[in-house]
Amino acid sequence: MPLVNIIIDGVKTQVSSDSTILDAARKVNINIPTLCHLELHNKETVNRVASCRICVVEVEGRRNLAPACSTKVQNGMVIRTHSPRVIKSRRVLMQLLLSNHPKDCLNCYASGNCDLQTLSNDMHTDSNRFEGAHSDFMVETSSESIVRDLNKCIRCRRCETACNDMQTVGVLSGVGRGFDMVVGPAFHAPLEKTQCVFCGQCVKVCPTGALMGKSHVEEVWNAINDPEKVVVVQTAPAVRAALGEEFGMEPGKCVTGRMVTGLRRLGFNHVFDTNFAADLTIVEEATEFIHRLKHGGRLPMLTSCCPAWVKFFEHQFQDLLDVPSTCKSPHEMFGAITKTYWAEKMKIDPAKIVVVSIMPCLSKKYEASRKELSSSGHQDVDYVLSTRELGRMLREAGVDFQSLPDGEFDNPLGFSSGGADIFAVSGGVCEAALRMAAEVISGKELDSVDFEEVRGTKGLRHAHVEIAGMEVNVAIACGLGHARRLLEEVRAGKSHYHLIEIMACPGGCICGGGQPFVDSREEIEVMKKRAQAIYAEDAGKEIRSSHKNPYIQELYKEFLGEAYGEKAHKLLHTGYTSREKL
Amino acid sequence: MGGAGGAIETMELTRMQTEETSDQAKIRELDAFIQSLGLDGRDAAGRRAVLIQILHRAQGLFGWLPEEVQKHISAKLDLHVSEVYGVVSFYHFFKTKPSGRHVIDFCTGTACFVRGIGKVIEQVEAQTGTKLGETSGDGRFTLGSLRCVGACSLAPVLQVDGKTYGRVTPEQVEAILAEYK
Repeated sequence: MPLVNIIIDGVKTQVSSDSTILDAARKVNINIPTLCHLELHNKETVNRVASCRICVVEVEGRRNLAPACSTKVQNGMVIRTHSPRVIKSRRVLMQLLLSNHPKDCLNCYASGNCDLQTLSNDMHTDSNRFEGAHSDFMVETSSESIVRDLNKCIRCRRCETACNDMQTVGVLSGVGRGFDMVVGPAFHAPLEKTQCVFCGQCVKVCPTGALMGKSHVEEVWNAINDPEKVVVVQTAPAVRAALGEEFGMEPGKCVTGRMVTGLRRLGFNHVFDTNFAADLTIVEEATEFIHRLKHGGRLPMLTSCCPAWVKFFEHQFQDLLDVPSTCKSPHEMFGAITKTYWAEKMKIDPAKIVVVSIMPCLSKKYEASRKELSSSGHQDVDYVLSTRELGRMLREAGVDFQSLPDGEFDNPLGFSSGGADIFAVSGGVCEAALRMAAEVISGKELDSVDFEEVRGTKGLRHAHVEIAGMEVNVAIACGLGHARRLLEEVRAGKSHYHLIEIMACPGGCICGGGQPFVDSREEIEVMKKRAQAIYAEDAGKEIRSSHKNPYIQELYKEFLGEAYGEKAHKLLHTGYTSREKL
Repeated sequence: MGGAGGAIETMELTRMQTEETSDQAKIRELDAFIQSLGLDGRDAAGRRAVLIQILHRAQGLFGWLPEEVQKHISAKLDLHVSEVYGVVSFYHFFKTKPSGRHVIDFCTGTACFVRGIGKVIEQVEAQTGTKLGETSGDGRFTLGSLRCVGACSLAPVLQVDGKTYGRVTPEQVEAILAEYK
């Protein structure tokens, strides 16, 4: 692209001619405020509807103000980003937006993470200048995962872009017109009735509190304070790599020990680790994979740890329900084992056990409510809290997180290998499965358990791995748009892969819909830092392969019997349901 | 989306021709129409481009756009249902509820507005017990509005089932309604 010369606020600069004014301003560190504009993952996903007009700037020789987000630069352009006319227009635009906004920031879940609030504060504008009509929508709470309060919606349609362009889930669309226009599902259906997978990417990009994760904090406090209940908590691998951010710590620091102590201080009776169950998942999944390889089973095999991904294929690829592994996700396996094996061992009535999962995810909330995930005779998992909710609970309880001493997980359900840690990152489940499969198939110890070729942050990756002279083709997708492409290949019979790992969220669970909020432009950097923290956790473990976890070996010996055997099938595997498209 | 007027005429004709046929037959006819558009190999943008045309035809066949029909069209075009509904709900022309036996459309264009269509609407609403945009409880009338039928010299104007009445006064409403059972 040829370069053009422009002047922004008196700063002369050269930029590529396909830049927008916003791009050019950012290049010289001039901050033009935006609201509807969204750029994700090096502009792989962009919302450029230019509907809010907050980014207007003055261009010399042009009659009207120009939206910086969608106006291309031209040679010789002279731009003023904060002239009196610009400032006045922005204030009016903000006042108009606020004239139909609840302004109950004190009660709002998004307070402190709200772009509208931040901008309004920065502008120091009279939010009550215009009186006018107010939207009056019911707050939509049909699902276990996401709450929609359209009274707070500013119609920026970022959620629609995340849902349709990035995830290709296609639940959200602009519905109606004019003042009554909303962003929502077809026929104004409640989310629960749609093909929404509850990945929560819409919640992450919502600039206000219109889309929120559903909170289960109250239920968990009640369980903790119920003397009749034994409350067991488990923590997903990705939580430890991000929880510190809730307390102002830099991204990329694992806070495993402090998290354990914090959970004890909250009053959980037993602090266990989903990582233990991740090792269990690998033993089951790798055994299933080897079984399919050796017995001419359905290939490729797709991983099934991600509930959003599972719901995605149940709606969109109903003809391929036999392709994914039948393994339950780790926290569900954990619930089933806790309410059977551990309950027996501890002589506790499983009806009294409350299993709480701390997850980087909103979809896990929905997953826990799936009726069939109750092979223990009880719902396997009772409540799911997001990383953000745990942060809130700790703050509410006045726990000074940064100064907490490190604690250790309880055993036997708290010990894990490095293979479990990497479940948090895209490519990790695949790598952990390869660590085990390679050793089992070849009958030899691996020299190095690091499968660098499957790591990375790109949405779609593939690699060839040699196991005992056999070429194994693996593919990894994070983000459902990328997953769709792999699935379409499988459907067309053109897939040459043996194993495919899919995670619904870009980067995997470390950037899940329940993780601490991050400025969307910084997400890639934060993703890399969180991933580094996870790989460091893995590298620091004495045992790096799931099948070598002694507590897992004990679990099979004492209770489950054979891996992928009858009892394991009953407790640790599940089936899939064809679901309607809406 | 060329020829919207043409599509409306076709719709009127089709409505009469197919009044007696079953829903399956209508779906078959709709499918044949979609087939005739030659969508094979088109990308999403190409399929999106014919959505309004197909919705026009579907409404012509069914009189309105039931959810099942919208879902059917979305499957045929491999577009998300939310997108189809987004378009349907954007245009007042598309109806998501079945119409009554007779459709009364009031012209709310400038001339008719100035010449008092408002009073006529009030009178019709009172006599049918129905609000603008709704269908009477007995299924006899649906009240709708349109913008200018090009007969401003006759303002205020209303149409019943496509038949135009000009210089309508509130006093004439009773007699007009009596023509339609």
